[in-house]
Amino acid sequence: MRPVYSAKIEKSERIGKLIEHLFLKMPEIEADRAVLLTESYKETEHLPIILRRAKAFEHILEKLPITIRPLELVVGSNTKAPRGCQVFPEYSYTWLQDEFDTIATRSADPFYISEKTRETLRKVYPYWAGKTTSELATSYMSPDALAAIDHNMFTPGNYFYNGIGHVTVDYGKVLKIGFKGIIKEAEAAIAKLNVADGDYSKRFQFLQAVIISCNAVCDYAKRYATLAKAEAAACTDEKRKAELLKIAANCSNVPANGAGSFYEACQSFWFVQMLLQTESSGHSISPGRFDQYMYPYYEADLEKGAITREFAQELIDCIWVKLNDLNKVRDAASAEGFAGYSLFQNLIVGGQDSNGQDATNDISYMCMNATMHVHLPQPSFSVRVWNGTPHEFMLRAAEVTRTGVGLPAYYNDEVIIPSLQSRGLTLEDARDYNIIGCVEPQKSAKTDGWHDAAFFNMCRPLELVFSNGMDKGVQIGPRTGDVTKMTSFDEFYDAYKQQMIYFIELLVNADNAIDLAHAERCPLPFQSSMVEDCIGRGKSLQEGGAIYNFTGPQGFGIANMADSLYAIKRLVFEEKSVTMAEYKEALENNYGKDMDSKIAETITTEVAKSFIESGKALSREDVQTIYETVVKNNCSDEQKARYDALLDRIGSLPKFGNDIGEVDSFARDVAYTYTKPMLNYRNPRGGQYQAGLYPVSANVPLGAQTGATPDGRLANTPVADGVSPAAGRDVKGPTAAANSVSKLDHYIASNGTLFNMKFHPSALAGESGLESFVALVRGYFDQKGSHMQFNVVSRETLRDAQKNPEKYKSLVVRVAGYSALFTTLSRSLQDDIINRTEQGEF
Amino acid sequence: MADIYNVRGRIFDIQRFSTHDGPGVRTIVFLKGCPLRCRWCCNPESQNYEVQLMTQKGKVKTTGYDVTVQEVMDEVMRDRPYYRRSNGGLTLSGGECTWQPDFAVALLKAAHENGINTAIETTAFADWSVIERFIPEVDVFLMDIKHINSAKHKEFTTKPNELILQNAGKIAEKAKRLIIRVPVIPGFNDTAEEIGEIAKFTASLPNVNEIHLLPYHRMGKDKYDGLGRPYLMGDVPSPTNEKMQELSEICKAYGLTTHLGG
Repeated sequence: MRPVYSAKIEKSERIGKLIEHLFLKMPEIEADRAVLLTESYKETEHLPIILRRAKAFEHILEKLPITIRPLELVVGSNTKAPRGCQVFPEYSYTWLQDEFDTIATRSADPFYISEKTRETLRKVYPYWAGKTTSELATSYMSPDALAAIDHNMFTPGNYFYNGIGHVTVDYGKVLKIGFKGIIKEAEAAIAKLNVADGDYSKRFQFLQAVIISCNAVCDYAKRYATLAKAEAAACTDEKRKAELLKIAANCSNVPANGAGSFYEACQSFWFVQMLLQTESSGHSISPGRFDQYMYPYYEADLEKGAITREFAQELIDCIWVKLNDLNKVRDAASAEGFAGYSLFQNLIVGGQDSNGQDATNDISYMCMNATMHVHLPQPSFSVRVWNGTPHEFMLRAAEVTRTGVGLPAYYNDEVIIPSLQSRGLTLEDARDYNIIGCVEPQKSAKTDGWHDAAFFNMCRPLELVFSNGMDKGVQIGPRTGDVTKMTSFDEFYDAYKQQMIYFIELLVNADNAIDLAHAERCPLPFQSSMVEDCIGRGKSLQEGGAIYNFTGPQGFGIANMADSLYAIKRLVFEEKSVTMAEYKEALENNYGKDMDSKIAETITTEVAKSFIESGKALSREDVQTIYETVVKNNCSDEQKARYDALLDRIGSLPKFGNDIGEVDSFARDVAYTYTKPMLNYRNPRGGQYQAGLYPVSANVPLGAQTGATPDGRLANTPVADGVSPAAGRDVKGPTAAANSVSKLDHYIASNGTLFNMKFHPSALAGESGLESFVALVRGYFDQKGSHMQFNVVSRETLRDAQKNPEKYKSLVVRVAGYSALFTTLSRSLQDDIINRTEQGEF
Repeated sequence: MADIYNVRGRIFDIQRFSTHDGPGVRTIVFLKGCPLRCRWCCNPESQNYEVQLMTQKGKVKTTGYDVTVQEVMDEVMRDRPYYRRSNGGLTLSGGECTWQPDFAVALLKAAHENGINTAIETTAFADWSVIERFIPEVDVFLMDIKHINSAKHKEFTTKPNELILQNAGKIAEKAKRLIIRVPVIPGFNDTAEEIGEIAKFTASLPNVNEIHLLPYHRMGKDKYDGLGRPYLMGDVPSPTNEKMQELSEICKAYGLTTHLGG
């Protein structure tokens, strides 16, 4: 076996220029796909949906404008404009129409949209009325679930309005046999069908759809070959001409056929990665174990002397840049929740192979180089860690962390493998896991994980315990009794659990409704062609074609709930130093504190809007009065003094995140109120529900919809992020915080947990800094934590970036499950990142 | 033999995930009381053995509390996974741990009983009979040598250095590992000659080949205010990186493995 080459490789000049070109302008929305899709749909109304999808995909790939960007070596773009995006009216569209005038100036993820594009989309949209997945899903949901969504108990927004994504397809298979090979498989499957089978026509149509889609992709690549040839003919620079001819040769061979070289493998990979995001608007299309499926081509070329390490590195760097060329527009609220133009294309290196041996190879290290060279948010770069991971690998990963790019995220094989086995994966499949999107583990090419299925705010059911199930004057939860008459903590805790289960069931109802809507209106034949066993079963992924099917909605606010329930237990029921009635009153009055002015503004705007919509005219003075009513608390000094005393008492209680056994065990139990009930439900694809504990960045916007909580958290402020301790409450340093978090049950949260730590760069300085950092990760993982990620920037740097965003255009921070450019985040999210406890300052 | 876990001592802080005072990830226990009064001391609350009041961020806090070895060990043991992964462990700092020898030695012994690596940060200003008790229980001595000139040493620390230098020789002979640390203080010992003399002395010690140069910082200033004491260092700035590099070269010329910072 060849020894692993781990040394650093220099960045080529080309990479900087590619990046410069990419970030020249604000991302732009383009209408071509929507127009082509609509044209095709109008022509195919007589056909079954699976064929309509395939034909629309074919039509789009035949006509979508194509472009080769300056100096590119790996080609293929969804849009003419760099970082542009297409739109997907088949999922939902009214939100975009409503935002036409504001989308270029909104705080999170603004997009440019030309007047012409608006006009075009306005013409296309009427066709889609009543035809979207979103509308069908709504019609499938129970009224109670719709009410719960309306009252912000949870939000299934991701798939409610968009494609699913969240998949890792069989890249290795495409590299090996090409789409012609896959077409042959589909043809073989057709040959095996019996016309008399009950589901014959459904299977036959699906397989036909696969063949149409794969052929469309082969033809699409040929368009690039033709374009590259034409550009080469017109090119006067001999070097670039040769490059363009090489590109033309690559695109004439792949992805139709198997890749004959590492360069062709790169091009083939890219077509797959990009076209998955042309077929559907789902994000978190994750490349997965890139170092594993790319390695054979690299090794073969190296053996033959057909490639230098430097050129292989340059190609990988080019792919890293391209991953930042893809983009997606979301509605304003979701943009806050997924801030940073992120597509969550998670790419992971290292870890074990399916036989349980360490799989680190040259490409693993070259991917680390690429992340350092490119220093951009995509791919969401991850590393797998197990007891056999080379120390060198850990140190190199730590060096990447130290650059402050917020990458990589670290994942623990020793937890994730058994965790996946407990969900029915074979040992071999579990060992071969990769990460989807933020933190969600799955076996590539065999899974439809439906990760990221909803955000469930664990704080809201507690609010309903205090209000006996009422919210804004509506009985939306069960009547769990008058909280002031509860006589024991167990009674109170049971009420919370009842509220939890009630809303978890409604969440399942909502997710299943959306699931059915996607199967019915947006099955994806191209995506399905690369996931086992869709071809064998003659079924799309959306209809349950995958070997492993899951739905993974994520809960968040563990730390707040642990601290809150603990505070109630201690203060009300053990010390009896405060009555439940007093507590309730303090919460209702937000502990006597004024509301944050920005949040008050938002609420005022909403109230004013509803007045205007109901036909009532409002004067400037009226608006001012509303604002003042919202922002000011009306508490007497006596009340304020009482609330301050209560806050002091709460403040002096032990908190999650400080390595205090009693509180940490309590937090473990509180997390079970979400993770355990979830295991009881099944989705329409025949798969199981499994909980995750992570928030993406939704802890900020959803926190804004949450009242004051008994842990002393004020109304409308962010809730704790992931499984991390509540911001500013972990005061005993990183090891204490890590020990606390490791006390949670990370196995049962098999859809992933997220532990965010923010490091000042000084903490990682020098070799000893790297060594200590590695020990921290290893020590946390030894105690069976599942995931860890780091922000390494100083508070001052971030403050300065807020003041002078132009100076920090490329400042990358770790937001939640992913990295984003700091200056593109909304102000409130920026503030939240700054306020997270800075660990490791000495 | 008395139960070492019940021995009591006085500390003022325990800091976890320290990466600059001894090998690997360490937990630092700060003991109260010190025979020296170094002008630059960044832990002035450590000097007096008595429990004191100190104002920090506008709040008056008690500094110093009594604990048993068991209580300290409960805290120290929490970070065992991180010690194991980094060859880290427990470091006693202060204050001066030889000032509370019964407690300090019991604590070090307890750490060893639990398989935890030990280090102490010390001025070594103590009778040899005291230091001798530490020898078997300390894996790494981090010992300060602040100046070779005794008069100047006394002027800035209130104590002469003969005993310290003498002990350095003995510790070098008997200890498992000795690292010499030098706080580089502008206006006190930051010239090439002065650092050169310390390096020369260090190189002459048997079995010793490591020296750490720790640049002066003003982080302790607020604590002086909080204790109502004058800060004698005034506005002296920290040595520049270039300066530290220069001094580091001098030490290296004596064949010493030289680290800047811990």
